[in-house]
Amino acid sequence: MYTYNDFDEAFVRERVAQFSGQVARRIDGSLTEEEFRPLRLMNGLYLQLHAYMLRVAIPYGTINPDQMDQLALIAEKFDKGYGHFTTRQNIQYNWPKLPDVPAILEALADVGMHAIQTSGNTIRNVTADHFAGAAADEAYDPRPVAELIRQWSTDHPEFQFLPRKFKVAVTGASHDRAVVRAHDIGVVLKEQNGVKGAEVIVGGGLGRTPMVGKTLNEFVPFADLLPYIEATVSVWNLLGRRDNKYKARIKITVHEHGIDDIRARVEERFTQIKPTFGGIDMEMLAQIEQHFVAPIFANKPVDAYTRAYENDPVFRAWADTNLAAHKNEDYSIVTISLKKPGATPGDASADQMRSMAQLARDYGHDELRISHEQNVILPHVHKSNLPALHAVLKGNDLATANAGLISDIIACPGMDYCALATARSIPVAQGIATRFDELKLEHEIGQLKIKISGCINACGHHHVGHIGILGLDRAGVENYQITLGGDGTETTVIGDRTGPGFAYDEIIPAIERLVHAYLNARLDAEETFLQAYRRLGMAPFKEALYPPKEEKANAA
Amino acid sequence: MARPFTPKIVTANALLEGDVIYLSPQDTWVRDLCDAALFSQQDQAEERLAFASKDGFVVGAYLVDAVAGENGPEPVHFREDFRRTGPSNHNHGKQAEL
Repeated sequence: MYTYNDFDEAFVRERVAQFSGQVARRIDGSLTEEEFRPLRLMNGLYLQLHAYMLRVAIPYGTINPDQMDQLALIAEKFDKGYGHFTTRQNIQYNWPKLPDVPAILEALADVGMHAIQTSGNTIRNVTADHFAGAAADEAYDPRPVAELIRQWSTDHPEFQFLPRKFKVAVTGASHDRAVVRAHDIGVVLKEQNGVKGAEVIVGGGLGRTPMVGKTLNEFVPFADLLPYIEATVSVWNLLGRRDNKYKARIKITVHEHGIDDIRARVEERFTQIKPTFGGIDMEMLAQIEQHFVAPIFANKPVDAYTRAYENDPVFRAWADTNLAAHKNEDYSIVTISLKKPGATPGDASADQMRSMAQLARDYGHDELRISHEQNVILPHVHKSNLPALHAVLKGNDLATANAGLISDIIACPGMDYCALATARSIPVAQGIATRFDELKLEHEIGQLKIKISGCINACGHHHVGHIGILGLDRAGVENYQITLGGDGTETTVIGDRTGPGFAYDEIIPAIERLVHAYLNARLDAEETFLQAYRRLGMAPFKEALYPPKEEKANAA
Repeated sequence: MARPFTPKIVTANALLEGDVIYLSPQDTWVRDLCDAALFSQQDQAEERLAFASKDGFVVGAYLVDAVAGENGPEPVHFREDFRRTGPSNHNHGKQAEL
């Protein structure tokens, strides 16, 4: 994976020194809060409901064991012993104190990490397929391009005061695990006539106006990709609605001007700026690619795996759900679930972080990934090591066999932490996972993605959940709206709203009724919830959600 | 007819710790909502907010609705109920500290 060169190191250290000075000046009163706020946001420091929150970038979700150990150390030394992995491949600390933040940033810099551009109207942490470099269906590892975009966008002088935040996601696989069509720019790496390049998608996004991204260019060769992306951001930087923050994202610009108009403007801008790159971007990409060579895979028998799979039903259940196909057939991609029923989606204790770091050292070629689905991935594990790895996971409360199932829920922090939230989302996730664990129905239900947001900003991606839940404040009471049929993959669809929302104590029974309606209506166990919804439409689910009054009375 | 004024408290977050604080009747900052001053007159509430906002060691002071309870002011809205308690998923924040 990428390691900092002298330039990166000096830049990050300088930023830590600057921010340390800014914190000191805020504390001694030389800076007002109004002056300090944009400075702290540039460095990922928010003030939330109960405390400060520091959001640390994990670029394209890639992290090594030493970095994971350092995240654990920070959690213990400066926080409450845990961290929260987010839907944008970041980690958030919920309880730092302002005077400690410079020391936290210093500790991050010690392992080549930072919190720069994790907030504010800048180009945010670049995300990527969390199976990058490992997935069987991958044509190109997205990480070198993602790293190139990270370097280019970090402190880019033209893009520090954009109309609004800007999010980029990259994938190089046929199955989209990076939700690229719900990003300001989505990059899908591909090849055309023997030339490497990418499809560039623009104007996707969730939030209050959810939109599926549109193809801006079917194929941009690598040699043009960075100037093309810069041209796109540059066009929006001028056109974007700075008069209204709800209309400032590029999705609205694309919607208002039309994709053809935006494309023409981007082409024009591209022609202007392309010569200024002079090929340096391709030289840098070539250098970066050296950091992402595949590990040397072991060539040994997989008998230990086969034996455990045949004889240990607990291992088999976990293997069936939490392993994904690796490009080397003797290897597996392991999803470590941070979704034990009743636990907070995405939370990991310091001990769990250390344990995962050590597993990556022992069995995972020193690599870990954070998924936007708030789990941790070991991308390269030889199958013979899976039984031993599974035993360690069990000992650390990390062996939940539920990847992709109903309890593998995405949930934003909601009103338990977030100052913007209108309702809680974590307890709803906990409640659903616990309920279906009690019912022992999870494996029978099969693939089902529930995504929960605690406000309209949709950090919990509810629009692209097979079942989406949006928590709102309705006349001073928490109320939860349901959407159905959302999809965050290569066939991205924004879910449809079912109707009136549900009170806090009604939402979990409502989800249960929905799931029973699916189980009753599906053709067979192979037909997933999403497939059944696409075949049947809203009607049977709506009927289950909103039974006629007398039935409701009988049920009560 | 003007709507009746709902009593208010002044709340903010502390600069260093970031936690929730309330303005007390003695014009000091307190951690427990029970010890907060409850203002029943609009002018008085706004005047105390203006005073509180000048304090460099607090962030984002604002007025919020509250009612008089047996042990002091009680929140009207659930957001303020969470702010005075802490998150529901971990026993952290005020529920663990007060």
